[in-house]
Amino acid sequence: MGTISLVKARKAFGDAIIIPGVDLDIKDGEFVVFVGPSGCGKSTLLRMIAGLEDLTSGSILIDGKNMTEEAPSKRGLSMVFQSYALYPHMSVRGNISFGLKMAGMPKDEIAAKVAKAAATLNLTEYLDRKPRQLSGGQRQRVAIGRAIVRNPEGFLFDEPLSNLDAALRVNMRLEIMQMHKDLGATMIYVTHDQVEAMTMADRIVVLNRGNIEQVGTPLELYNHPDSLFVAGFIGSPKMNLMDGAPAAPYKCATIGIRPEHLDISREAGTWPATIRLAEHLGADTFLHVDAGLCGMMTVRAEGEYEVASGAKIFLTPEPSRIHRFDKDGKAIRK
Amino acid sequence: MARAVSKRRKLIVTVLAWSIGLLIFFPILWTILTSFKSEGEAIELPPKFLFFAWTTENYAVVQERSNYLLFAMNSILLALGSTLFALVIAIPSAWAMAFAPGKRTKDLLMWMLSTKMMPPVGALIPLYLIFRDFGLLDTRGGIITVLMLLNLPIIIWMLYTYFKEIPGEILEASRMDGASLGKELLYVLTPMAIPGIASTLLLNIILAWNEAFWTLALTTKDAAPLTQFIASYSSPEGLFWAKLSAASTMAIAPILVLGWFAQKQLVRGLTFGAVK
Amino acid sequence: MATQQTRALGKLAVAPSVFALFVWMIVPLAMTIYFSFLRYNLLDPNIACSLMHPGQLFDAENRCLAGFSNYTYFLTDPAFFKAMGNSLILVGWVLGISVAGGTLLALLLDQAFYGRGFVRIMMIAPFLVMPTVSALVWKNMMMNPVSGFLAYLFKLVGLQPIDWFAHAPMTAVVIMVAWQWVPFATLILLTSLQSLDEEQKEAAEMDGTPPLSYFWYIVLPHLIRPMTVVILIETIFLLNVFAEIYVTGTGGRAGNLPFLVYQYGLISNDIGGASAGGIIAVILANIVAFFLMRMIGKNLEA
Ligand SMILES: Nc1ncnc2c1ncn2[C@@H]1O[C@H](COP(=O)(O)OP(=O)(O)O)[C@@H](O)[C@H]1O
Ligand SMILES: [Mg+2]
Repeated sequence: MGTISLVKARKAFGDAIIIPGVDLDIKDGEFVVFVGPSGCGKSTLLRMIAGLEDLTSGSILIDGKNMTEEAPSKRGLSMVFQSYALYPHMSVRGNISFGLKMAGMPKDEIAAKVAKAAATLNLTEYLDRKPRQLSGGQRQRVAIGRAIVRNPEGFLFDEPLSNLDAALRVNMRLEIMQMHKDLGATMIYVTHDQVEAMTMADRIVVLNRGNIEQVGTPLELYNHPDSLFVAGFIGSPKMNLMDGAPAAPYKCATIGIRPEHLDISREAGTWPATIRLAEHLGADTFLHVDAGLCGMMTVRAEGEYEVASGAKIFLTPEPSRIHRFDKDGKAIRK
Repeated sequence: MARAVSKRRKLIVTVLAWSIGLLIFFPILWTILTSFKSEGEAIELPPKFLFFAWTTENYAVVQERSNYLLFAMNSILLALGSTLFALVIAIPSAWAMAFAPGKRTKDLLMWMLSTKMMPPVGALIPLYLIFRDFGLLDTRGGIITVLMLLNLPIIIWMLYTYFKEIPGEILEASRMDGASLGKELLYVLTPMAIPGIASTLLLNIILAWNEAFWTLALTTKDAAPLTQFIASYSSPEGLFWAKLSAASTMAIAPILVLGWFAQKQLVRGLTFGAVK
Repeated sequence: MATQQTRALGKLAVAPSVFALFVWMIVPLAMTIYFSFLRYNLLDPNIACSLMHPGQLFDAENRCLAGFSNYTYFLTDPAFFKAMGNSLILVGWVLGISVAGGTLLALLLDQAFYGRGFVRIMMIAPFLVMPTVSALVWKNMMMNPVSGFLAYLFKLVGLQPIDWFAHAPMTAVVIMVAWQWVPFATLILLTSLQSLDEEQKEAAEMDGTPPLSYFWYIVLPHLIRPMTVVILIETIFLLNVFAEIYVTGTGGRAGNLPFLVYQYGLISNDIGGASAGGIIAVILANIVAFFLMRMIGKNLEA
């Protein structure tokens, strides 16, 4: 079935070591998201799994079989590229059926499969159009259709939604999750957007400079970040991080507290602060405050929180929600 | 976007551009006109522009006397044959350089171009002797091979520049889809590069059609293209201007017509893919 | 961007072209070098040998070795200097005319006017004409001293017509060849001009940049790259001009290096001498190529 394992997978382009060595086991049917800032090696790692890039050393097992040297098309994986990479000279039908044609599948079988994929993706009326006659969202669907028809053990997505506008992105996110549910196939999804990672993943792999920082479910990462990097990367708005004096009482180098885990009071609290800016989103209000020794902080207030710039407030962290880190940025757990 | 241009200025530029255009085009225009004159009127002074006794007799005479069709057929075969031959080996090469470059790719490309710097006279004697000893003199196969090699570097260079514009991800997608290299080239790269390939094809047909060193040196009769056909008019019989004009018109017309209809590809091709 | 597998395929894919071009370059060159050290005449391979001193060395086919005598002979032949001079004059003038003329024409064609497409194709046309035709048309219908069109024009304005091929053969060849290559330069430069950012033009207009400064500071720098392309490509072809000289019969006075080698080889049948000439041409071309490639390389990388 669709398990994927990386064993000491390493990649260097000449002298530049992009992936120093990654070990990772992905279970069958799992939805795994690789997330990390751009340039950290997510695409490279994904392309190594796809077979589009070879490993400098280490190996890749798919279904327990060593596929390190295998050609991309023999790995039982489909890929959806960031640029969609549709064949511009072929119709939607041609695009979706190309892989099947290459596999030598009989014509009527191809037709049936294409029709089915087109129906699920709402592409039936566009089958004879060329990619350039489609909208961004439709192109995206074609790219997915092309991946689906081959019945792969696993899907690889490289930032598939980054070229879509915000509203469409939310829709497609749901559709891809639905697809995952329906097909039950293993999926690896690359993104630099932690919101996408949090909402879609069974497990998230956080990458930093080609190294895995932490692997875990979205809530594990949210509640127990292993490092400053993960703490800062996961969650929106970002966790407030403070070092020096505010951290001293907690016996660590740095403490972190998420904006949503601070109590606000106009009368009294742990940290006095001055409002600099309030962002009113309706459901929430984000306050950007100057908390003296603690520096600039972001605080979430529920609902419409009326406050003037320059007003004084007091912040109190929920004690159980304080994250502590040592001077190497590693989390300290009691 | 478009700047407002005063009408007067536009008219002045129009007159100027047309005059210069006509001036540059004049020798060709004059040749075409002369080809429809009688020999007497062809050398008459002052020259007549449109009001002469139009005749197509020269064309008939030229065809009859020097068998234009045979030469034309050779020109077509040589130009098409050498260009297609070169494309077949150039497409994989350009693919490799554009999509699977190594450290040496740039050097390799420069080396290929540098073979164009080699003056043909450096190879004339041995090639002539090799052709003579292998019975290749005046054969189509022989001259096609030479023309192919002659234009191969340019073809590879042009294809390379066109291929570079194609996103590699699309080729990778076809690899994920299970296309072998042959199929990737045939079903994905080539169709996507059609405009570039068309320009390359066109330009090289023109270069091969007009190639007048090797065709003059290595052919005489059976494989001789139109360059030879015209060269035979440099003898005193070339003094029959009307017939010379008819022959010239017949030699250049196919390319002029081709250029006319494929102007866009031609312009693109003429810049050798080097200027955008 | 590629895996070892694709890179291996890539090597396989370039192999045929590399092999073909390598053979095409090396085999004839090696043979030419070899011949250049032989006393080798096609009509009578041994004629020269009989004049040789005893102890003369022979190769396997009984042709006698000539040492560097072919080179000394060719290099001391006054025709060589003449031919080299002609080569330089031809390349220099045509390059100059086509870059300068091409720039002016490109600037003109870049303006808005009626019938641009048509004028453009008229301007490209000379480049599409085969050299043998261009040579004959210019020699006869245009430049004939009695009934050529230029003679008519000269008489029209009361001048004495020039007998181009008798009195100014080099000028005649330069005119003919430039006629073919100016259009090429125009086209490349025009294409490049048209790619000049429209917003840059507008910004310059808003700034009130005078036309000459605009040309000097914005247009010209933009044209440097296409100009080097023009120079590179034209030099390659111009060094090897042959048909125009061969067909017009101006070889005697306006013959360039290729023509001289041709004369040695296929007219005098002196294979040894022609080969030496060929090698000298190759060396000269390589010197030119060396400087050209450096110049171009710099400009193309940027
Ligand atoms: N073919 C290559 N040659 C050299 N360096 C590369 C190549 N491809 C990617 N890189 C480098 O590897 C790093 C990771 O790239 P990538 O995997 O695309 O990052 P991400 O997808 O996370 O944004 C980048 O610094 C990039 O410059
Ligand atoms: Mg990426």
